[in-house]
Amino acid sequence: MSEEALRFHFDVDGDDFTSAGQASVQVKKLLRELGVSTDVIRRVSIAMYEGEINMVIHAGGGKADVIVDETAVTIVLTDEGPGIPNIAQAMQEGYSTAPDNVRSLGFGAGMGLPNMKRYTDHMEIESQLGQGTVITMRVDL
Amino acid sequence: MEIRQIQEVLEAQMIVGEDSLDKDVHSACGSDMMSDVLAYVKDQAVLLTGLVNAQVIRTAQMMDMICVVFVRSKQPTADMVELAQEAGITLMSTKKRMYEACGLLYASGLGNGAGA
Ligand SMILES: Nc1ncnc2c1ncn2[C@@H]1O[C@H](COP(=O)(O)OP(=O)(O)OP(=O)(O)O)[C@@H](O)[C@H]1O
Ligand SMILES: [Mg+2]
Repeated sequence: MSEEALRFHFDVDGDDFTSAGQASVQVKKLLRELGVSTDVIRRVSIAMYEGEINMVIHAGGGKADVIVDETAVTIVLTDEGPGIPNIAQAMQEGYSTAPDNVRSLGFGAGMGLPNMKRYTDHMEIESQLGQGTVITMRVDL
Repeated sequence: MEIRQIQEVLEAQMIVGEDSLDKDVHSACGSDMMSDVLAYVKDQAVLLTGLVNAQVIRTAQMMDMICVVFVRSKQPTADMVELAQEAGITLMSTKKRMYEACGLLYASGLGNGAGA
């Protein structure tokens, strides 16, 4: 009875700020083709885009996996960057370690992680210093 | 307000999206910080910015915005124009500075969507 979940995989290039966000653009298109509601699409797009930018700015790139099933869209962002030493601190609005050059590109206000939490129904961060970070986000359909 | 009116009020130069001039928009926002646009903006259709890089177009796309106006005569790169074309986003450029451009649009009846 239950249909099988759809899975999509993307590599996020850490060397190219210009291409950051390409995976999110593709996911947006895919969800639209699947007939997902505009509200869900926007929340998924923004949360994933913030996460993608974070992987490029803070972690040298990573991978994005998106799973769509009957009940939710789940986004798993995996990187092998430096890790987040204090997750509670990183989750605070306005906390950012982004250097000035990132700020001159329009990012680094310390709004990404709290924004990701706000736009999703569930968010979990697992991080190991020196090993990397895995962020799982779920938006219910 | 139609996108056409934005162009007229700001005496802006059209860059791409001539065919969308009659699209209706109801609110706008101005910012050089894409972080803030992603965090605070809700349902605004137009972004005014002095920032020029590809993430401006992607941010607009993620927020379902349909028009980006570059202030202080900033010009988008060819890559950005291509991205905007793919996304169906209208681009224009005005000589006016951010404060004046926002003020002119606000005075012409284009609000920020809050409490409307
Ligand atoms: N994938 C990651 N790997 C390592 N550190 C991260 C990662 N994501 C976030 N961080 C850390 O958490 C901080 C807060 O992240 P957040 O996304 O909220 O803000 P920001 O990216 O600095 O700025 P903004 O998102 O507003 O552009 C970052 O400055 C960084 O120190
Ligand atoms: Mg961020």
